[in-house]
Amino acid sequence: MTDNRTPLRILLLIAPIVLSLAITAILVLAVGKNPLEVMTAIWEGAFRNSNAVAGVVNFWIPLTFACLGLVITFTAGLWNIGVEGQMMLGAVFASWAARTLTLPSPVLLPLEIVLAMLGGAFWGFLVGFLRVRLGVNEIFGGVALNALANVLVIYLISGPWQPPEGGSAQSTPPFPAESLLPEISSEFPVSLLALFLIVIIVAAVFLALRGTRWGLNLKATGKNPRSALLLGVPTTQSALSAFVICGAIAGIGGAYRVLFTFDSLRPLPSGGIGFLALLVVLVVANRALLAPIVGFVFAAILAGSTRLRVVLQLDQSLAEVLQGFVVLLVLMANGLRGRILGGPGAESSIQPEPQAQPTVTTAAEATTHE
Amino acid sequence: MCASGAGLHPPLIIYGRVSSVSAYIFLRWVANMEIELQHIHKRFGRVHANNDISLKLHGGRIIGVLGENGAGKSTLMKILSGYQPADSGSILIDGQKAGYHGPQAAIAAGVGMLQQDPLDVPAFTVLENFLYGQPASMTRRAARSDLAKISHEFGFHLDPETPAARISIGQRQQLEIVRLLTLGVRTLILDEPTTGISAQQKTILFDALQALARDQGMTVLLVSHKLEDVIALCDEVVVLRAGCLVGERAMPATKAELVRLMFGQDIAPQERSAGSLGEIVLKLDSLTIQDRRVRVETLSLDVREGEVIGLAGLDGSGQEALMRACVGLTPVVGGNVVLKDRDLTRRSYRERMRAGLAFSAAGRLEEGLVAGLTLTEHMALMDSERTMIDWPGVRDITRRQIERYNVRGRAEDRIEMLSGGNQQRWLMALLPEQPRVMILEQPTRGLDVDSARWVWQLLLDRRAHGTAIIFNSPDLDEIVTYSDRIIVFFAGRFHLIEDASTATVEVLGHLIGGNFEEAAR
Repeated sequence: MTDNRTPLRILLLIAPIVLSLAITAILVLAVGKNPLEVMTAIWEGAFRNSNAVAGVVNFWIPLTFACLGLVITFTAGLWNIGVEGQMMLGAVFASWAARTLTLPSPVLLPLEIVLAMLGGAFWGFLVGFLRVRLGVNEIFGGVALNALANVLVIYLISGPWQPPEGGSAQSTPPFPAESLLPEISSEFPVSLLALFLIVIIVAAVFLALRGTRWGLNLKATGKNPRSALLLGVPTTQSALSAFVICGAIAGIGGAYRVLFTFDSLRPLPSGGIGFLALLVVLVVANRALLAPIVGFVFAAILAGSTRLRVVLQLDQSLAEVLQGFVVLLVLMANGLRGRILGGPGAESSIQPEPQAQPTVTTAAEATTHE
Repeated sequence: MCASGAGLHPPLIIYGRVSSVSAYIFLRWVANMEIELQHIHKRFGRVHANNDISLKLHGGRIIGVLGENGAGKSTLMKILSGYQPADSGSILIDGQKAGYHGPQAAIAAGVGMLQQDPLDVPAFTVLENFLYGQPASMTRRAARSDLAKISHEFGFHLDPETPAARISIGQRQQLEIVRLLTLGVRTLILDEPTTGISAQQKTILFDALQALARDQGMTVLLVSHKLEDVIALCDEVVVLRAGCLVGERAMPATKAELVRLMFGQDIAPQERSAGSLGEIVLKLDSLTIQDRRVRVETLSLDVREGEVIGLAGLDGSGQEALMRACVGLTPVVGGNVVLKDRDLTRRSYRERMRAGLAFSAAGRLEEGLVAGLTLTEHMALMDSERTMIDWPGVRDITRRQIERYNVRGRAEDRIEMLSGGNQQRWLMALLPEQPRVMILEQPTRGLDVDSARWVWQLLLDRRAHGTAIIFNSPDLDEIVTYSDRIIVFFAGRFHLIEDASTATVEVLGHLIGGNFEEAAR
């Protein structure tokens, strides 16, 4: 029997995007501006020349690292708010190497990346340990560790790592040139090494979730830890490994911020990118291949929106409004898909189940798997 | 016929003050409810669960709803009781089209369903659960008196202050029946109501259902795989097969006739099978177990290769605690679990599995299967040795097991798309091929006669190769048929029947009610 509801499926995929654009357009009209001009301004802001594109890419790279990490914790049904702190720890560890070690670039750069991964993994491990051993919900643990990570950064900047002329708590002194990631060219200032790493990690995360026993364990743990345990899945080990690996990948994102976007360690080096990544992962769920694409759209809109003020005297937070609506409406469409296309879960919907709606892959689901 | 008896003894008015609730029931009793289902269709993906079902249900009768697993009984009942909407078709109540959506609306229209596992709030008391869904104007005192009256009428024993978590399934059913009645339900749907209740509770339930139908003109729909119950209780039966209505007939009918209606063929009764016993494989050495509900003191048992031990008892009497203690899911206070000279008492669940135990829990989608994973993914989870999953290989194994276990579903279907019975088969299909001891909670839960037999055939094949089986079942027939030895539990106490061939369903029915002394005589 063929599925005669494919058109509906496609509609549910496209409708939220169109709708959120429409709502934003109405908002723009309400303040007396032309929505088309706004779109044009954002587009120009993101793509008017190679430097602008590089700006988008430089925002996109750490975002994508964070997203790829979060795809893993999302699969395991875990809500890793702590990704922001994991990025910061990656930044701190990479900064230590950049400040302290005097090695040639080809040795130093990989070392910085590895250390950043260790730092992120360590911070992720703490969230996981609190969760699986001490029963602290990963959302609370994550929030606390985010705050602690930023305190650590500020302490380092204003204390041991302060500039010789005295600590203004603005940043550490610039790192030596050989410790920074090189750019492709001055017209297109983007790190080739980071792009290369993204390709590798996208492929690795995709394959690990798709083809390994570990990935399947994560998926089972995320959907029903109790059943997974009885089927022989080491569930606590799975959850812990998800945090650790998410932290490691997010840590690279943090390193990129200090070794490329800046040239020093600054307060809140993650810059809220981890939180934005959480939004992206709400949309992409466990689809690793989609993360870079959706991430790019988000990055382009955000980077492009800086031009709104210049061209139209509009606040750039309009871009965030648009993104908020996209996320919200995509989630609603997911919920509708579960209801309308029914099928899975409907038959058993009145049996007591640990999760409310097994078909809907949303944040709501991720948070109900306690 | 319903008017004669009831007219002389109006069922509820005789108790002094006529509460609003009683009056409601009384008024409803005046006219029998007529339900007509017209061309009901329901699809789940590619499964046509209900295919053009048209049916008239008359008040004052007890109607059995029969059919093998996946025939569409549950789907139809859920549509009728508002738990899920039909794709097309309509429901007429007393000639009026009923467009209700949701269980609450169905109850308001007079149709209520008693779930197999009653839907109550365990932490609430009986009274609080009873109040649930009642009009806000109802006071606790009025509720208490209504509860007492109706309970008394049917011979139910419900203490209003006991938490629902502490009463038996049978009592929870009684509570739910009373609750639905006071809500004005005139059609009562019961899904496998005799599962997990004692012989005595069953008698009370049947008397109550008969009173409701005969005296109060209610429609009672009984979904059951237990043909004995259907024969004892029903006035007529409707039979579904593969989503279609294939038969309607008045009772009485013999078991063989019903089986033929359900399956389109005869099925011979299962023979008792005695296997040959080998060496002691599992030794339980004065185990003391404590779980949330029950404490079992100093139980010792030697299980031999190829032996089948049946555990009988009402829900939560100690049989689940024992099985879970064997696999390390329930803490052991004292004693040892020894598998082939290896002490497993302090080992984790996973280590015990690796040592040769296998376990399957009763709650399919809560403990055992993972909603959202496909059949193939479940199969892949069972092979813990490899790092990389060989998907084509796993798919082959999955297809083979689907065929072997006669599962209605495809390898790429998510498990929750299957019917309950097919989920149970898949749970059985996932068990390792040759464990030393299989510990199975209700291995044939929700399976029809044919499927249950056939699952047992596969289990007994394993037993012939030396696997020992410990299982429990609310179906005493199943315990008598397959066990070599039986342990009966009551509130943590236990009674061992050394030779199961001497046991009968009647004897077990009394034992699970706690009459150990009587049985000893």
